[in-house]
Amino acid sequence: MSAGTLAKPAMRGLLGKRLRFHLAVAFTLSLAAAAGFKFSVTEPRKQAYAEFYKNYDAMKEFEAMREAGVFQSVRPKGQ
Amino acid sequence: MIASRALSLVGRRAISTSVCLRGHGVAKVEDYALPAYFDRRESPLPDTTFVKHLSSEQLALKEKEKGSWAQMTDVEKLALYRISFNKSFAEMNTGTQEWKSVVAGVFFFIGLTGFVVMWQRKFVYGDVPPTFTEEWIAAQTQRMLDMRMNPVEGFSNKWDYENKEWKK
Repeated sequence: MSAGTLAKPAMRGLLGKRLRFHLAVAFTLSLAAAAGFKFSVTEPRKQAYAEFYKNYDAMKEFEAMREAGVFQSVRPKGQ
Repeated sequence: MIASRALSLVGRRAISTSVCLRGHGVAKVEDYALPAYFDRRESPLPDTTFVKHLSSEQLALKEKEKGSWAQMTDVEKLALYRISFNKSFAEMNTGTQEWKSVVAGVFFFIGLTGFVVMWQRKFVYGDVPPTFTEEWIAAQTQRMLDMRMNPVEGFSNKWDYENKEWKK
């Protein structure tokens, strides 16, 4: 009837093939997302906290805050 | 009485043909009650053929169909196909341009809603609380910096306490 017959399409294993492909893709993308988050968010954040507390003087900060008058338990030194 | 009200909703003609004429013979079947033709991808074989009243050529073709198909030309086979079916799968699956109208309508009504919201803001809502004035916000910001809010990565981190200005 026609010039050439079509090839017989795949009849079996369609779900398995799809799962194998998409499982690999899903794993890769998840790992990439986790790695991306770790190196763009958590590591810089840990660095920032380390830097902040390296030379942090709690008493100095407390005196500064006391002078600004934000506490209820202690008044600024003048009063 | 309720039954007659219900009957009047269904349609006098349908009732009279199916109920009252029972004594006279078979009920007349309306067109919509017969098996219908449809083009649907998920249901490839409709309940009936597309062409119901065949012309004389089509009848001749149907007779020829009873013989050997190898002796039919492609044109005849296609004609037989078109008797049974209205659109081919390819024709039935083509998209329309309808989505453009839908998107246009969506944008239009969102824009219209924008006007409604603007009118509402001007004519319905009262004044905003005093906590939004410049002085209040300035005092608020100073207090936030004084109490060192989010000093590591956030708000107070952006303030330079030595030079009393925002960090560059």
